[in-house]
Amino acid sequence: MKLHELTIEQASDLLKNKEIASVELTRAVLDRIEAVDGKVGAFLTVDADGAMAQAEAADHRLAKGDTAPLTGIPLGIKDLICTQGLRTTCASKMLENFIPPYDATVISRLKNAGAVIVGKLNMDEFAMGSTTEHSGFQITRNPWNLNRIPGGSSGGSAAAVAADMCLGALGSDTGGSIRQPASHCGVVGIKPTYGRVSRFGLVAFASSLDQIGPLGKTVDDCAIMLDAIAGHDPKDSTSVPEPVPSFAAIAADGLSDVVVGIPNAYSGAQGLDPQVGAAVERAVKTIESLGARCIDVSLPHTDHAVAAYYVIAPSEASSNLARYDGVKYGFRDKSQADLLQMYRSTRSQGFGAEVQRRIILGTYALSAGYYDAYYGKASQIRTLIKNDFQSAFASCDAIVSPVAPTPAYPIGKTLDDPLTMYLSDIFTLSANLAGIPGISVPCGFSDDGLPIGLQIMGRHFNEPMLFKIARQFEKAANITDKKPPL
Amino acid sequence: MKITKTEVLHVAHLARLDIAEADNDRLADQIGTILDYVDTLNQVDTTGVPATSHAITLTNAFREDEEQNHLDPQASLANAPEREDGAFVVPKVL
Repeated sequence: MKLHELTIEQASDLLKNKEIASVELTRAVLDRIEAVDGKVGAFLTVDADGAMAQAEAADHRLAKGDTAPLTGIPLGIKDLICTQGLRTTCASKMLENFIPPYDATVISRLKNAGAVIVGKLNMDEFAMGSTTEHSGFQITRNPWNLNRIPGGSSGGSAAAVAADMCLGALGSDTGGSIRQPASHCGVVGIKPTYGRVSRFGLVAFASSLDQIGPLGKTVDDCAIMLDAIAGHDPKDSTSVPEPVPSFAAIAADGLSDVVVGIPNAYSGAQGLDPQVGAAVERAVKTIESLGARCIDVSLPHTDHAVAAYYVIAPSEASSNLARYDGVKYGFRDKSQADLLQMYRSTRSQGFGAEVQRRIILGTYALSAGYYDAYYGKASQIRTLIKNDFQSAFASCDAIVSPVAPTPAYPIGKTLDDPLTMYLSDIFTLSANLAGIPGISVPCGFSDDGLPIGLQIMGRHFNEPMLFKIARQFEKAANITDKKPPL
Repeated sequence: MKITKTEVLHVAHLARLDIAEADNDRLADQIGTILDYVDTLNQVDTTGVPATSHAITLTNAFREDEEQNHLDPQASLANAPEREDGAFVVPKVL
């Protein structure tokens, strides 16, 4: 097996047993990026020298027997997570030259574990988009079909993992931005419970919805990465001081004690591709064959989730992005002599079309006279959606659904049709509104060879249940070994 | 039309954005379509339903008022588009 094709779990064993060195593994991954990223376009920054230095340091640790499961493992990072000294752009011209003076907490934790950071991954600008076409710098292509979107906004993270350009990656998920690209690229991705992972150093999009999580080749790899980054952080007042179990240590002992809910609202959802519906139905049968009991559950306010989300998220974004004023960091239009005109000109040139669209939408929803009708109303709907999940989880341990209504669609299809792009988030964004965890795990392929993902959602802080079901489903479905034809 | 071009310009001003005349038609159109869709929320009776701003119940997170290490001024200023004598430089305000 080629080194870049290893899973984290396999590579970690080989490193610990001194059968390979991290410098070899990291070199193999850098060579792989060199060989295929010209076609895929996943990386915005490759830090080859930094990665090799970190790999050498990891090899010293390994030689001393001072190891963690991620020691010496090359990972990629979505480019909205601050890395000290390494350019962090949010795929925006606004931050094209921004060099963070500090590490995000998740990055400090990965570094403490000895992980090797190979570079920063493309995304929709400020995580606003579902296709990665809204990057200010480049589009990323789906490794399974280069004419298709990789999904988004963590499209670079998903594509890089799928194409073996890193062993695992971090992404962020505000309305499905980890799970949907994971589904489109045939990898595993988990959005943890809101508050499970520190957001310190994550550039904010919608603060009440954003959550960092891992994307990996397998469920176990995601568990290993989440083990390393989860837990309370005094620097993020919304991170929760809940005890963190070891996700990697969860037993795969059958699902006979598990009740899985199938939302009746999802089966007839508008725009659900029949091939996706069929793949999810087959997945449910597989989960049943592992011993789980499947019941129908009702999530009556599902139809209103997209509308509520596209008020709340842009409202929070319009406020969060007010900080890009051309003063403290980032781009400034230096030709303007007047302060107000400098702000306006800087922001209009620095932000792309989708970001400006959402800032205007959010500002409108929060403006005098409209606040109650839009933000107030959407926040009440959010309560109803949260209550729907609470009621459903009274009778089941997890809820399964599609991740995206269709397999990855052609590049350019929704570029000028934002509402259609927004509607493709229907199955994922409820989890962000409710703050619950969700995982995407590959469950099949369309007739034309595009991956399809299965979503499993659980109660707040019940990621162990998601890992338990996903791990056993993955083993039974036996499809994660298939590689994209690059 | 759910939102007029004049309203778009007003909101853009509040958000400190310049909208080119050529883009305004398309923008008003796209935002109008989104707002029409958002109006489907009015089909739901939310009388007496409390609002949720955070899905997880949060309480204030306090820490001891102790001296801590923070970024030094040079590091804080390093990304500024213009800086001078340990301060951010901005165009004339008054």
